[in-house]
Amino acid sequence: MAAKTIISRPIYGTLSPQPGKHHLFIADAEGALAIIDMAGKAPPGFFEGAEIVFIPGPEGKHIAALEALKPAQLHIAPSFASLLPRLRQTLTNAHMGLRLYLAGTEGLIGQAMQVALEAGMDHTSMQTEHRGSLARRMQCVHCKGITENVTTQPALCAHCGLLLLVRDHYSRRLAAFQGVCINAEDRTENPPMEEAFP
Amino acid sequence: MGITFRKETFRDDYTFKNSPEHIRRFPFPFNEDAYMYAVNIEPHVVGPKGSVLENLIDVDEHYVAEMQDRALVLAEDPLRCQSLPHMTLAGWDLLELLMEQQALGYPEHFTLERNGDRWRWINRPLGIDDTFTFGDTSTLPYGPMEYITRQSQGDFCILDQRDGNLWMDAGMVTTQADWSLDFDIGMNFFEWHAPVPLAHEKGIFTRALKFLTNIQQGKPARRLNWTMTINPRLDTSPENYHKWGPDRATVTPENVGDKVHLRVELQSFWRLPRSNGIVFPIRCYLIKMDELVTQPKWARRLHRVIRDLPEELATYKGLMRYRPTLVEWLSKLDDGSPTSPGFGPD
Repeated sequence: MAAKTIISRPIYGTLSPQPGKHHLFIADAEGALAIIDMAGKAPPGFFEGAEIVFIPGPEGKHIAALEALKPAQLHIAPSFASLLPRLRQTLTNAHMGLRLYLAGTEGLIGQAMQVALEAGMDHTSMQTEHRGSLARRMQCVHCKGITENVTTQPALCAHCGLLLLVRDHYSRRLAAFQGVCINAEDRTENPPMEEAFP
Repeated sequence: MGITFRKETFRDDYTFKNSPEHIRRFPFPFNEDAYMYAVNIEPHVVGPKGSVLENLIDVDEHYVAEMQDRALVLAEDPLRCQSLPHMTLAGWDLLELLMEQQALGYPEHFTLERNGDRWRWINRPLGIDDTFTFGDTSTLPYGPMEYITRQSQGDFCILDQRDGNLWMDAGMVTTQADWSLDFDIGMNFFEWHAPVPLAHEKGIFTRALKFLTNIQQGKPARRLNWTMTINPRLDTSPENYHKWGPDRATVTPENVGDKVHLRVELQSFWRLPRSNGIVFPIRCYLIKMDELVTQPKWARRLHRVIRDLPEELATYKGLMRYRPTLVEWLSKLDDGSPTSPGFGPD
């Protein structure tokens, strides 16, 4: 995580078991390890009221370890996009008191939080833990296109092609960091792209 | 009598100018020869005749041209005007406030007639005469906030107050100094100010929020903010930064006086009666260096302020590329003699 940051930049915590009967976990890749670590602190029977939704990613790891927690439901999804309709329905039908836990990459946490916010949940009530890649979702302030998995600084907008400074300024509503043209004042300036969010 | 509205542009051929009377009423933002952030908030009360504070909502000679420029911005980018679903009532509050204030201050140009919920609004400079039902959005051509802010100078942010914080939940933002409503909408007071350097550490925003959440109806407050803009361009949005950014590299010793503009925001803060929101008009005033230095006190003082501005602030305000050229040009107008206290010209 970046050492120097600004207030709109999300701060993630460590998952901890919350009181309640219904628990929804959404995780990708190494986010599974955050759930497994938390399980050690959970009271007996905790996962009997838990649904885990997991996007394993290309390496396909950690599925067996999540199965071993014996959650009421374990749903494996190939991508966040494929998960969206199910997630929207789950959150729409959720009872008061559902506890939400988000773990994994910033892009996953941000997008799952965005869906939960739209369903009327308060962002401060959600448990989050960042694990794995620091890659960012970025909105180009110029063309409004979202570029996924940005790892460099500066970065190219995948839509309009402008070279963008990836700022720490973050919008929960858009689930994205802001990208602003880095050489707007003089296009002949071409700062080198460096790996910044591995 | 009444105002003679100038025909002018804020883009392309940039014909914007201030008349001599408007130069003298310019809200010069420095009351001493140095600048640092402060919670410079004071009651928004009526000021001297002939000043921008003569009326609490100021209408000036640029009104018609500014409204035309706003219409052009909105046609290109409708996302400059957004309102989250729970903010419609606050939009009606704002419509009432702006109609009342403009009709009160400029009866020769604006008239508001009320008959219960049936209202008639006459805006002579823009040729508008509409009758509508207050509270019924279907009786207006736009939502209430958009309708009235297409007829009012300045940007407008409507803030919802909850959880001890203020939330940027609606706005009309077409003349902004490089911040994006589309990105910041839905954020709280600390989040949308997150990119501002130095001020968080000084506790400025904590104190400002405390003040703003306590604003009472009928007791508005105000503060001034400033930056600089190359060419009299109202739309210095981040959305279009790649279009106006190159202008910053065009400043030369020969064109400083014509190209470099001091941009002052008169920000005011008003409690809204029905929604309990706060509306935050950000009224932008532009003046080119050639006009500003017709007041020798302002020339001397601006030279000292820009020369001594901390580098972090100069970078945040986007001045770094042309500051040396500007300071050199202003230095020739500064004989080192003292400046009188206060904002106004001598």
